[in-house]
Amino acid sequence: MNAILIVEQALNGLQLGVMLFLMAAGLTLVFGIMNLVNLAHGSLYMVGAYLATHFMQTTGSYALGVLFGLGGTLVVGILVEVIALRTLYERDHLDQVLATFGLILFFNELVAILWGRNAIYSSLPQFLSGHVEILPNLNYSLYRLVIIAVGLLVAGLLWYVVTHTRLGMLIRAGASNRTMVAALGVNIRLLYTLVFGFGAALAGLAGLLAAPIFAVQTGMGELILIQVFVVIVIGGIGSIRGAFAGAVIVGMVDTMGRAFLKPTLATVISPSAADSAGPALASMLIYLLMAVVLAIRPQGLFGSRGG
Amino acid sequence: MRATTRVVLAGLLAASFASAPAMAQQKLKIGFITTLSGPGGIIGEHMKNSVELALDHLDRKVGGLATEVIYGDDQQKADVGKQVADEMLKKHQVNFVSGIIWSHVMLAVAPTVTSASTLMIGTNAGPHQLAGELCNENFFTTSWQNDQTPEAMGKYMSDEGLNDVYLMAPNYAAGKDMLTGFKRTFKGRIAGEVYTTVNQPDYQAEIAQLRAKNPKALMVFYPGGMGIQFLKQYSQAGLRGQIPVYSVFTVDEISLPALQHAALGQFETRIWSPDLKNPANQKYVDGYQKKFGKLPPFYGAQSYDGIMLIDSAVRAVKGNLADKKGMIAAMRKANFHSVRGKYTYNHNHFPVQNFYLLKAVAGASVSQPVMEIQKTVFANHKDSYSQDCKMKW
Repeated sequence: MNAILIVEQALNGLQLGVMLFLMAAGLTLVFGIMNLVNLAHGSLYMVGAYLATHFMQTTGSYALGVLFGLGGTLVVGILVEVIALRTLYERDHLDQVLATFGLILFFNELVAILWGRNAIYSSLPQFLSGHVEILPNLNYSLYRLVIIAVGLLVAGLLWYVVTHTRLGMLIRAGASNRTMVAALGVNIRLLYTLVFGFGAALAGLAGLLAAPIFAVQTGMGELILIQVFVVIVIGGIGSIRGAFAGAVIVGMVDTMGRAFLKPTLATVISPSAADSAGPALASMLIYLLMAVVLAIRPQGLFGSRGG
Repeated sequence: MRATTRVVLAGLLAASFASAPAMAQQKLKIGFITTLSGPGGIIGEHMKNSVELALDHLDRKVGGLATEVIYGDDQQKADVGKQVADEMLKKHQVNFVSGIIWSHVMLAVAPTVTSASTLMIGTNAGPHQLAGELCNENFFTTSWQNDQTPEAMGKYMSDEGLNDVYLMAPNYAAGKDMLTGFKRTFKGRIAGEVYTTVNQPDYQAEIAQLRAKNPKALMVFYPGGMGIQFLKQYSQAGLRGQIPVYSVFTVDEISLPALQHAALGQFETRIWSPDLKNPANQKYVDGYQKKFGKLPPFYGAQSYDGIMLIDSAVRAVKGNLADKKGMIAAMRKANFHSVRGKYTYNHNHFPVQNFYLLKAVAGASVSQPVMEIQKTVFANHKDSYSQDCKMKW
């Protein structure tokens, strides 16, 4: 367990963290402001991955793929909000879970009809496929560094929008008291549509960043969604700061656990016991963390709504 | 009133038409259970396609009888698989149940079917229990026992004199079986053994640990989407040129189109490959490409064989579906043209067959790699659990 390996795994953890943040930001805003449990957030991630990959291949340009991926997910998000979710805001959470679960099935089948059930081919753009020597003896993938940079940039932008603009003020106000915001004459419908479309575009961004390194296939969104829910529960529902802190913590704990838990355990208990306990414990780690946070701070780390 | 009379008349007419052929001759019903939805749905699609192709090749008459195949979706879940099997047995009263991709589903479905004294023909999963203490005269498989394919890989890598091999698999029953099978025949040193979470999307952390260990070779079991993500990330980490990868059930005709160059040069062991030279296989592969526009994977080949095995059994008893003993006796001879070539059945109803070494090589273009047979690793290989099976014949 040398220092270079620890640095490398920390970068891996950060990279997983910012990816989770892109997903969590939209989910936590929608949940906090619109009081809507959206299980179909993973489907928007999948839509982003498919659209970007598809347009990258048909146009041959990475930039156009990114553009269509982002724009396409934004449009799909707005359509979903206007057509399906609007009727659900006043309903019970259980109804919302049922309806958005239906959307998952709908999108999975739609993607299978359009692109087939086979995972589609996606690869790194040529100019991002190299490695960078960030420390002596530590070459890190350029693409993954770009993911970290984009994630941090988006986090900074979101922080600015939420704390320093009128839109952000409305979002925070909406998160703490929706009825009052509506009573003050704010077009809350439009605000909801905007927030949802924006959240969808962020999920699409996560999807298009993930496409070259993961398998682009139906149901890919559900694999990451559970971790994203853990993130927003730890961070505090409705809080962007919480989503960021939660995402980085979950990314770090998960990665470090997978990398170092088994060798660390082996120094305490017998190696064969560590062999079987290590992987099992590593995959449970983030859920244990969530349980601890829920026990000590049920509202999450940044539980105060908004901000 | 007139409308009601018309409906009743139409109903009577339909009923008489429907019952007439059923009385005239016996009909064969096969229940085919596989995964048709979710990420595993692509495997089920190939299996269903292969069953349909087999029906085409038999003029829709399996064993000379008019045949109806009822497809069921197990959703990759054991409890759903059992429910579907119950429905096949009680509602549709099928003569055969066939299919099943996953071991945990198989362990729930096979006993349900065989205890209802209906014949079951597995076409993929081969959990060791069914080859050993839970073997049953009503159960046959056209695939393999789980441990056998990695056993072949272990043998090959030992013969190559490879040492310091790093092992990786998802942390569930089949993952552990695969590595157990590998270690049974591999004689060299194991540099490390890592189990990852099932369906984990990112392997970067494990790949960094692997690089730090610097083993001489890597052997993995990552079926389906897991294999696509792992191999992509392995290539992107720049390790493909440095540490060679060997795998089982990871690179196949399903994952190759998504992997392309990220799979080139990789070794697999398997009982079958599209380039296997025999007339039955040529007919199957050509027919499949013509009808579905792509190459079939081994899941499909085994399912095609499943229908052909049923065909041979029903023919042997001249369509008398009540003669189960006769059909079992016929199937024990494996008297049909299998796409893998001639094979025999062990006393536990698992095939005794060859295992080949395959390599992913560039096909018509670099973006279309194909699997190519390199050599035979095991000839007439038996599974390691048959001694626990009490069945004798």
